[in-house]
Amino acid sequence: MFKTFVAAAGVAGLLASASYAADISGAGATFPAPVYAKWAETYKASTGTGLNYQAIGSGGGIKQIKAKTVDFGASDKPLKPEDLASAGLYQFPTVVGGVVPVVNIPGINAGQIKLTGPLLAAIFYGQVKTWDDPVIAKANPGVKLPSMPITVVHRSDGSGTSFLFTSYLSMKSPAWASKVGASDSVNWPTGLGGKGNDGVSAFVKQTPGSIGYVEYAYAKQNKMAYVLVQNKNGKYPAPTAEDFAAAAAGAKWAQAPGNYLLLLDQPGANSWPITGATFILVYKNQDNAATGQSVLKFFDWAYKNGDGAAAQLDYVPLPLPVKNLIRKQWSQNVMSGGKPVYTGK
Amino acid sequence: MNATTMDSDTAPPRETAPGQSELSETIFRYLCFGAATLLLAALAGVVISLAIGGWPAFRQFGFGFFTSSAWDPVQENYGAAGPIVGTIVTSVLALIIALPLATGVSVFLVEFCPRNIAKPIAVAVELLAGIPSIVYGMWGLFVLAPWFAIHVQLPLMTDSANLPGWLSGLVAGIPNGANIFTASLILAIMILPYMSAVFRELLLTIPSQVREAAYGLGSTNFEVVSKVMIPYVRRGAVGVVMLGLGRALGETMAVTFIIGNSHGFPHSLFDSGSTIASTIANEFAEATSDMHTAALLALGMVLFILTFAVLAVARLLLASEKH
Repeated sequence: MFKTFVAAAGVAGLLASASYAADISGAGATFPAPVYAKWAETYKASTGTGLNYQAIGSGGGIKQIKAKTVDFGASDKPLKPEDLASAGLYQFPTVVGGVVPVVNIPGINAGQIKLTGPLLAAIFYGQVKTWDDPVIAKANPGVKLPSMPITVVHRSDGSGTSFLFTSYLSMKSPAWASKVGASDSVNWPTGLGGKGNDGVSAFVKQTPGSIGYVEYAYAKQNKMAYVLVQNKNGKYPAPTAEDFAAAAAGAKWAQAPGNYLLLLDQPGANSWPITGATFILVYKNQDNAATGQSVLKFFDWAYKNGDGAAAQLDYVPLPLPVKNLIRKQWSQNVMSGGKPVYTGK
Repeated sequence: MNATTMDSDTAPPRETAPGQSELSETIFRYLCFGAATLLLAALAGVVISLAIGGWPAFRQFGFGFFTSSAWDPVQENYGAAGPIVGTIVTSVLALIIALPLATGVSVFLVEFCPRNIAKPIAVAVELLAGIPSIVYGMWGLFVLAPWFAIHVQLPLMTDSANLPGWLSGLVAGIPNGANIFTASLILAIMILPYMSAVFRELLLTIPSQVREAAYGLGSTNFEVVSKVMIPYVRRGAVGVVMLGLGRALGETMAVTFIIGNSHGFPHSLFDSGSTIASTIANEFAEATSDMHTAALLALGMVLFILTFAVLAVARLLLASEKH
């Protein structure tokens, strides 16, 4: 009895390992995890190849790909070209997201408050302390601002959202750049930290006079009172999928070595100023051609067929010219035994 | 001589056939020995890997790691003082809140409660221990924090002119309920079942003659409890306290949700802060630089030592109580 059971289990195990042999494994950023999961599901249904993606955070994803325990790593913040070179990695963007500042000011609705980049930095630095401060009033003529202390809410956990946001503040304020800087987690000068997008939004909702920042998808799904931020053209676009796509379209990917590109403060009347892509990391030199090929095939399929699912989940797909550029890069950058693993077929 | 005493100690006379039984006995003994050593090896492995992982941070910052409250992942400057203070303050506050409650619950259950409802109450208190920590965290964030902000913090803040200076300093902070005090409150609820369960067992070890003698001398209920029963289990009670402390020190998820997560020293009871465990939970997944990871592992080492010391003291005190 026991023996037959063991034998059956052994056979089942063999069958299972045979059918899962070609599965792709990846690990990293949590932000794109829902869309990767959706893509994986559809991809498995149409091709039979599965994807096992572990959303362990960008830091974990970078560590895992460096340890070669996964076929690809995923990170919300691009690696610098020199870090890519030293690790022998190549990176490419998959989808675009953005960061939206949100507020809880009694009597103020979504889109009513306009802020410039330097003003946003001054608020998060704790320099501007009340909502009726003259500098805010000057940027918002005609808006009745309450005399209320500003409470800053930031992410307590290390996150790509914080990286994008602090990078933007660093770009716009030399004081922020020199005293705080840009990273997944920084030494926040003021305010309190909530865990995750939901932690930040809970604190913002519970604290009158507060300002925080969350991912675009989160702000949209929860109908939060967002703030308009001035872009490079001096305009105040609304945080919509079109305006994130506008920022991604205006970006100069071709001129960015190693695809190291933050889509911050991009030109264009409709470009949302705090936009960023999320990235995939693979080895330039693949030990196993079939593995590298199956990873790139998956993302090729996702570029082709995944936009609908991405949009449904409130991610912004990459514009077509960017996708074609990345496809060209694949055939030039990802090799196995000196031959490209992706040929576009 | 030695051999015979050892034999009589470890191997009582056997009645079964010697050959087979001896072999299975030996195997059994080695299995038990293996299980015990495996546990110790795992413990040693944890300590060693924490020490190795955290070593770069200890080497870089030296003793300053324990005294500096800087925590700046951009400049790669780390100090553990903020989280250490936050951990100790929240744990001690939680104890101060939970200890009288645990005492009350266990004295009531042992001494005054009718037998038929003692059991349901004891079970209910123990059920508190079964609630996952993240559920406490969510309850704290979405229910306790807003309630606390509206009904405690805001009235205190608007009245702060009438409060004495030291008190208004103590309750200063952002009125949104995410602070050191609410974190301690949640912790107190979480450690209450552990403390009251052990305390109740301690009280049950008091011989009934002792209590009856005290009543016989004409003592009131209060006198019996405060002058006879609690002094009788005094040392064990210290162990209970340490047990609660040990648990509070390492609690992670619930605290992370509600403590406000700001680095540095908390400036008041109602200020946000951080604990060692919450800092690790927040930052470990996204720590990319080697020094950041090392600093977090070093924090883990500090927490390990803190908890280990507290639990060791608790075990010693409990052991001496039980003779």
